[in-house]
Amino acid sequence: MKATKHIKTLNNANLKDSAAKGGCGECQASCQSACKTSCTVANQKCEK
Amino acid sequence: MIHKYQLNGYNICLDVHSGAVHVLDDIAYDVLDYCSEDMQEKAPEKMLTELSEKYDREELEETYEALYELYTAGQLFSKDDYEQFADLMTKAPIKSMCINVSHDCNLRCEYCFAAKGDFGQGRCLMSLDTAKKAIDFIIANSGTRHNLEVDFFGGEPLMNFEVVKQTVEYARSIEKQHNKNFRFTITTNGLLLDDEKIDFINREMHNVVLSLDGRKEVNDKLRVTPNGKGCYDIIVPKYQKLVSKRGDKDYYIRGTFTTFSKDFTADVMHMKELGFEQLSIEPVVSDPKLDYSIKENDLPTVFKEYERLAKTLIEMRKKGEFFNFFHFMIDLDQGPCAIKRLRGCGCGNEYVAVTPQGDIYPCHQFVGEEQWKMGNLNDGTFNQDMKLRFAKANVYSKSNCRNCWAKFYCSGGCNANNFQYEGDILKSHKVGCELEKKRLECAIMIKAALADYNTEQSTDCDSGDCFAECC
Repeated sequence: MKATKHIKTLNNANLKDSAAKGGCGECQASCQSACKTSCTVANQKCEK
Repeated sequence: MIHKYQLNGYNICLDVHSGAVHVLDDIAYDVLDYCSEDMQEKAPEKMLTELSEKYDREELEETYEALYELYTAGQLFSKDDYEQFADLMTKAPIKSMCINVSHDCNLRCEYCFAAKGDFGQGRCLMSLDTAKKAIDFIIANSGTRHNLEVDFFGGEPLMNFEVVKQTVEYARSIEKQHNKNFRFTITTNGLLLDDEKIDFINREMHNVVLSLDGRKEVNDKLRVTPNGKGCYDIIVPKYQKLVSKRGDKDYYIRGTFTTFSKDFTADVMHMKELGFEQLSIEPVVSDPKLDYSIKENDLPTVFKEYERLAKTLIEMRKKGEFFNFFHFMIDLDQGPCAIKRLRGCGCGNEYVAVTPQGDIYPCHQFVGEEQWKMGNLNDGTFNQDMKLRFAKANVYSKSNCRNCWAKFYCSGGCNANNFQYEGDILKSHKVGCELEKKRLECAIMIKAALADYNTEQSTDCDSGDCFAECC
């Protein structure tokens, strides 16, 4: 979390790191949660 | 690539390829228009000239410098270097399954994508033998995956409750010897819930999805029994009982909105008033020719409604009241990895659906589409070529997704919707995309608003730059 006079950054922006360490495949299939009709993936939890 | 937008008084910039989210003041939002993929250290003269009437030069240079710092830190206009991972999971094991234990339903919901329960294939129930074969299939095809997800679906799965029970028992009896952990879920319309089923679901199901469209008049307009009566009065007390006994296990009250209920914030709030906190209301999936379908010309109204819902959620959180809206959930730090985000739901590759006849389809929404049948549990067939085709359906093989700012949040959208409404699993379903993008904008704005609020509240916090919700 970082803030300067003009900009607040809300997160750690670690998507690139997650590519290097990711892909274990243990996380939930998104359609198995609540939707069944419309795709949202970014709300799934990482199992690591 | 960045996506900048203004919503609810916030100037927001998402840096697509790093996932960074920045909240900007007005000057930074304006200066951002002069930044690009090849930012230079020195502030561009064009920007200094064109914005000189609005802002002081020194202030403009200072703001540009702050943006340039983000750029050099890889948090602004960061490069897209994920395509190298696109084929990483093409040989993925199958670890999720939708078991359609019942192609029959005791409701006749007007908008049902399952053709009112039977997927157009005739009403029938799955035998225990077929259900056990489904469990054997997922174990045999799951490789080293430990967590296996099985959703009991239909039609109405509680119409075949004995098979659900015995399938769970069977899976539990063999999971340890195969080093697996089954996570069961069930999606029900609630009509047949009783104490025994509630206790079973609360004991065995990792998640339960309970269908309800919200207000009585909204629910009962389309969610009707075969004799045309609404189901609200029957199901709501049963859901309240189930949820009150569920403890902290996952559940969702899940509704569908149609063009008749574009004011669905009222339905979400009604669910909250009924005592439910985990809520989801989704746009109907249907042929645009049908009168209840959400069509392109409905989008402006629906967008406004998502904004209204987002603002309502923020106001309630500020008052210390809680509800969770599934499509506004977003974890900006610990969400799914980039690999997962390349192809989303994994249908046809990591995820399949099986029918009472033992037929295997890429997912529940493909069931009944003969050309997409992947195989059958009874004759042991399984089309590996089709599995590969789905494995290769990712945000880089879908031309509309490749350059879309939302590609790492929806991950290429719903392949079934793409096929049903655009004729190709690789061609994005436009209405679905627009709705998804609006939900994401709202979800990110909620994070900005709550961070703002938490900062205002955290006067005792030692860390001056902390925006954590816990503070």
